[in-house]
Amino acid sequence: MAELNGTISYREAVAEGIAREMRRDPSVVCLGEDIGAAGGVFKTTQGLFAEFGPERIWDTPISEQAIVGAALGAAMTGVRPVAEIMFSDFLACCWDYLANEIPKVRYMTGGQVNVPLVIRTANGGGLGFGAQHSQAVENWALTIPGLKIAAPSTPADVIGLMASAIRSDDPVVVFEHKGLFASKGPRPPEGHTVELGRAAVVREGTDVTLLALAATVPTALAAAERLAEDGVSAEVVDLRCLIPMDLSTVLASVGRTSKLVTVEENPHQGGWGGTVVSVVVEEGFELLDAPVRRVTSANVPLPFADNLENEVIPTVDKVVAAVKAVVDY
Amino acid sequence: MSEGKELLALYEQMAVIRRVEKVAYDMFLAGLVKGTTHLASGHEAVAVGASAALRPDDYVFATYRGHHHTIARGGSPEACLAELMQKATGICKAKGGSMHLTYAEGNMLGSYAIVGAHLPMAVGAAWSARLRGTDQVAVAFFGDGATNIGAFHEALNLAQVWRLPVVFICENNLYMEYTPIGSVTAVEHPAAGRAPAYNMASEIIDGNDVLVVRDAVARAAARGRAGEGPTIIEAQTYRHYGHSRTDPAKYRPAEEVEAWLKRDPLDIARNRLESLGVDSGEIAEADRRATETVEAAVAAAKAAPEADVAEAFTDVWADGGAAWRN
Repeated sequence: MAELNGTISYREAVAEGIAREMRRDPSVVCLGEDIGAAGGVFKTTQGLFAEFGPERIWDTPISEQAIVGAALGAAMTGVRPVAEIMFSDFLACCWDYLANEIPKVRYMTGGQVNVPLVIRTANGGGLGFGAQHSQAVENWALTIPGLKIAAPSTPADVIGLMASAIRSDDPVVVFEHKGLFASKGPRPPEGHTVELGRAAVVREGTDVTLLALAATVPTALAAAERLAEDGVSAEVVDLRCLIPMDLSTVLASVGRTSKLVTVEENPHQGGWGGTVVSVVVEEGFELLDAPVRRVTSANVPLPFADNLENEVIPTVDKVVAAVKAVVDY
Repeated sequence: MSEGKELLALYEQMAVIRRVEKVAYDMFLAGLVKGTTHLASGHEAVAVGASAALRPDDYVFATYRGHHHTIARGGSPEACLAELMQKATGICKAKGGSMHLTYAEGNMLGSYAIVGAHLPMAVGAAWSARLRGTDQVAVAFFGDGATNIGAFHEALNLAQVWRLPVVFICENNLYMEYTPIGSVTAVEHPAAGRAPAYNMASEIIDGNDVLVVRDAVARAAARGRAGEGPTIIEAQTYRHYGHSRTDPAKYRPAEEVEAWLKRDPLDIARNRLESLGVDSGEIAEADRRATETVEAAVAAAKAAPEADVAEAFTDVWADGGAAWRN
């Protein structure tokens, strides 16, 4: 699976992260559409069926409610299921479970049951899949108290956050970004974990904080590189999780730079940056020397054509323009 | 235990449930119970009969009409009534309410108020039993109205494809909420009529006869434990109250109501007890104990403190807390 030279792709890291947990904990099982012998439509479960067999890797019908509903029932009764929803857009088909069942069971029973459940899903655009297979919907999950939410940007974080998600006794939705599957990075050592709810400062800077998530992290890093050529020092923070939300790292970074630009792939309306910014202005207003800017997807359904999609989603050019407006304020 | 003794115990459980529901109804009118309730008077035999056929380690999932299932699986009337009355001693710490009664200690894993949502969950519990190598079965109780929602069909298909030990028990009381199920369903029997499409075993039974229910669920559970897959049981029954607390159920014809009230599950059990030779004094004694149990439960629930406001911020996460940020 992984290359011998010490790098691993984001796509391979998904399977590797799951496999590491399945090796250490026999109660971890996977279910989803085409995840078995087919290895997943994105090949993110490649090799799992061969290693763990049909009693731990379960192909399901195209029945999103049955997939996550059964995963929930299993999670309540001594199993740690990892359920795949093929495209995150399809979460809408089983939204009752994410909105009404999974996040509420523990609370409304007065803590009588735990829900150690992972739902993983391929999220995001940039690949020309059109309006129903391209959305970044991490903000949907953010509207529901009771779900933890991870969205890794690197192969090492995929493995580290997958480990924490699977070991968590709470439900975690893991958004894997389709645009990152082919990207590569260092292969983390065995036992690597990334705590849920810990953001990472992935580039230090002094003039502006770029707060990014998943595929917008490389976008923000590319923008920071270009801005450096113009003498602007951008700090890039990878939020990594939406819940728990590491706002102290965000506020500390804004304290250093006094300016904030969020880079979000979800639409501007209801996007996660709105929650971040509301806290920053409530608790960090004195830290700011310029208005906050949000670079987001536009409030339209995602179009098919490359040039139209680029017009709508965050790009390096848009981030650079937003930063320049903020630093010139 | 003799059949008479066992039936007398089941009768007493049903009598307790009947009294709990009456108390819930009365306390609602008195303003002591808020929100809504979906009372199970008339449905007692389904819960008690099924529980009699199940093992303590089997799993049960119920709907928002779930008081009877909670009590039948061992949840105390006091904790259930305290929950309805928003007391700290409520079975869900007053965070669930009437529609979400849960007694995990008895593997009664919840009452769910989104129609049909818990059927896939029961499939998952049965899948879990198989993964863990046990012979537990999982039961989903649901109303007739659930049979036209997608989750019902997804659950049936997956349970059968994976040959899981699930018992799907439809409490068919003829009405979804206010509309007759027959007027909105393409088959005569809303649950059992769907079984052939999933190549699944099914039975249509008298849901008001506790022994009939017990025996049917025992057969279905045995099939599940033997690896023969899921079963649908359509238990025909009737609710004595309306759908929920605001519903006087005027849409039901008087003669229909009258006919079903003559088939009250407690009366059926009482007649059976008499024909089994159980002394009428013993039956009266069971009724008296049931009354005492519920009266004591009401008194204790009334005396309990109301929920501590700090509880609003516990139990979201497994660490007991509710923190969403640092």
